[in-house]
Amino acid sequence: MPYRLLRFGLSRKHPEPRMFTRHDSLKSGYDVVIIGGGGHGLAAAYYLARDHGIRNVAVLERGYIGGGNTGRNTTIIRSNYLTPEGVQFYDESVRLWQDLGEDFDLNLFYSKRGHYTLAHTDSAMRTMRWRAEVNKHYGVNSEAVDAAFVKRGIPMIDMSCAGHAPILGALFHEPGAIARHDAVAWGYGRGADRRGVEIHQQTEVTGIRLEGGRVVGVDTTRGAIATSRVLCAVAGFTPRVLDMVGLKTPNYVHPLQAMVSEPVKPWLDPIIVSGSLHVYVSQTARGELVMGASLDPYELHHTRSTLDFVESLCAHMLDMFPFLSEVNVNRQWAGLADMTPDFAPIMGVTPVEGFFLDAGWGTWGFKATPVCGKTMSYTVATGRNHQLIEGFAIDRFARYQLTGEKGAASVGH
Amino acid sequence: MKILVCPLNGPRPVSEFAYGGEVRQSPDPDTCSDAEWSSYVFNRSGSPGVKYEWWCHIASGFWFIALRDTARDVVIATYPAEAARRPLEPHRGAP
Repeated sequence: MPYRLLRFGLSRKHPEPRMFTRHDSLKSGYDVVIIGGGGHGLAAAYYLARDHGIRNVAVLERGYIGGGNTGRNTTIIRSNYLTPEGVQFYDESVRLWQDLGEDFDLNLFYSKRGHYTLAHTDSAMRTMRWRAEVNKHYGVNSEAVDAAFVKRGIPMIDMSCAGHAPILGALFHEPGAIARHDAVAWGYGRGADRRGVEIHQQTEVTGIRLEGGRVVGVDTTRGAIATSRVLCAVAGFTPRVLDMVGLKTPNYVHPLQAMVSEPVKPWLDPIIVSGSLHVYVSQTARGELVMGASLDPYELHHTRSTLDFVESLCAHMLDMFPFLSEVNVNRQWAGLADMTPDFAPIMGVTPVEGFFLDAGWGTWGFKATPVCGKTMSYTVATGRNHQLIEGFAIDRFARYQLTGEKGAASVGH
Repeated sequence: MKILVCPLNGPRPVSEFAYGGEVRQSPDPDTCSDAEWSSYVFNRSGSPGVKYEWWCHIASGFWFIALRDTARDVVIATYPAEAARRPLEPHRGAP
């Protein structure tokens, strides 16, 4: 095998199929231009081509596909939200996740683990009961469980959390899962590419051309494109793209950091979240612990890492799992989270005709990738907001009708 | 550890401070339109840039203003809160 590999490496021809076609130049125009080659943008391209027959689509990506928050999150998939809008939307996403690997013919390592949101106070227990009731009402499998149930599910946990935050119970969400995030971008990208969508990496959008309040084209670092429909799915770069079309939103950007430990033997099956301790953690198939915490405390458009983050996250991890004190942290990184005041996304049509927005994905975007692709492709194809995203419309702020999802954020940001 | 220079307490680690958002002028609530008011309440200038911001030194409860580049996380200058009483100069270019 090593000789075959060596011969393959040295030969001039590499007959193995590539995941995507490389296009040397942009066409002069497309039916739809999608800004952002992350999971959301590629999923929208995939469903536009597969379900709506719109194949003359370009996905423009400034860096490389899946290199933004799609590749920087902690891959947790769940639908145990708080508002009816949120629960129905994320539950549709969880349904789509189930057979996505088969759709793509690609192993997403989708792994159903069960998801515990720990409650350390009476008021947290109250929120867990509230979420469980809303979830059950919409057919989502969630229940409020007591401390004994938590101990049975996570035998290695210190139930007193070093004595200062005893666990009273949890919200247990059985469908909670993790998946291999890169494969999601590649799967959607390959599926879209095979259906005629063009993916252009290292192509930065520098401007959006408007005429009479409607989109007519896009300027890029590789030339201008004519188009009447633009979908913006750029996470932390949303405010910069919105400046190009003169739209104001409540979007603000804070970095969100995460880190991963060295691989250890499998010992943690479920996904654990503690809002009070600002921790979410799961163990990957390779044995690494993937850990995240709350947002960095102030606005910043930079993916630098800080020691403050590692120190506080490690301290809280050790409260729950003191035996990890000898385990090393391997890597840490950050992504740019575009936050909203109500912790719900901003999706759908905008006051600029032909400009569609899939933004405000803050710290909760990965799990929604499939349903965002589905609903945004419908919205772009028909020009009308999909029924599932009506609660996330851009004009909800002017109407003071927010979709308060903060109680279901993984940790208190 | 990042250091912020508080006008009252001098250089202190950033973990001692709370961020209070950009310094903004409120429209007159008696005369502005509903759209102007909701825009003031919710909308933000989300793009990176050099911005005047409210910061608070938590231990002493002292609020002040910092001029900070939100693309590079560099604090250019800090001012006592009184600076907000008069219009702040728009900052031009990098320091």
